[in-house]
Amino acid sequence: MSSVSDNVMRFFRNSSNQAASPAVPQKHTRRSSGMGEISRLLNSQEALCILDMGATSANNIKFFTNKGHKNYSEDLLRSSLDPALRIKDDAGNSVMDSKKFLDENLVFSNAQFDVVLCWNLPDYMEESLVKPTIDRLWSVMKPGGLLLAFFHTRDAGPDSICYRYHVTDSDMLEMQEVKFAPPGRPSSEKQSPRLQRVFNNRHIENLFRDFASIKFFLARDAIREVLVVR
Amino acid sequence: MDAPQTGEFAHIGKSVVIKGELSGSEDLYVDGNVEGSIELRNHSLTVGPNGNVKASVSAKAVVVQGKLDGAVIASERVDLRKSAIVNGDVTTQRIAIEEGAFLKGKVDIQKEAGKATGIAS
Repeated sequence: MSSVSDNVMRFFRNSSNQAASPAVPQKHTRRSSGMGEISRLLNSQEALCILDMGATSANNIKFFTNKGHKNYSEDLLRSSLDPALRIKDDAGNSVMDSKKFLDENLVFSNAQFDVVLCWNLPDYMEESLVKPTIDRLWSVMKPGGLLLAFFHTRDAGPDSICYRYHVTDSDMLEMQEVKFAPPGRPSSEKQSPRLQRVFNNRHIENLFRDFASIKFFLARDAIREVLVVR
Repeated sequence: MDAPQTGEFAHIGKSVVIKGELSGSEDLYVDGNVEGSIELRNHSLTVGPNGNVKASVSAKAVVVQGKLDGAVIASERVDLRKSAIVNGDVTTQRIAIEEGAFLKGKVDIQKEAGKATGIAS
């Protein structure tokens, strides 16, 4: 990753930990061009295999299974916060153990999924886990399969709220703030995960370099939607 | 679902550990540790907030407040409360998932003859 990106990440990590968090979880909606393209695939084929990597959503399960598709749920952001994954690297830095993480998560047979919904996972997941996770996704997706991910732009700022996404219509998403209690802490201490970094377009292309193609959709809410074809 | 009154359910308390096959013809509330398999056919299983079940489960209805590792087959419904942590595939006709519940696995909604699928959040 380039020095520019490193500087952006340092900027975020040195920022205040006092995230503005409303007392009541707020829900917003957004129109999603990427989800619209995926819906066209869902409507044109039967019995597709879908992996939803966001927080478990009854809405999404209903949306996909009602169309006759198979739904797998795996809340990877929550799994990535497991303190048992933390190790020291060769330089003595604290990192997450990507090998152990992938031994315990995303354990599927090769070329199984037609659609993967990453949502905003790469922006909130610890850096040492992002590339290994994308590489694993490549191996569990079918050739021609679609992956949808959301990436913040620089305008989002370090205290950008982490959302879970509920599919409410073919191209409409309901966004609901995600809050977790830190591992080992009571649920009363829930807080929103912090944005770990901002990828620029070149970094995103590099992240998905093994995939066949990548398409960007720009939006007004400091989010780039990225639709990747395996 | 709160802890049931004694007499309504067979109750496995939080200090109880069971390993093996568990089957019955009455509703079961598990607030302890069960490892193996649970088969209740026409009755319901409730995993209480202290419950830790590592078992394949087959029942009419399954309500989870605690932790459940294993495949779940519920002929009627599955209800994952906000404190639920479920690792395993779920096969049922209806599923309700409260915000905060954690599910890692496949959800297979089997349509009831003549009725639409039922999923609630």
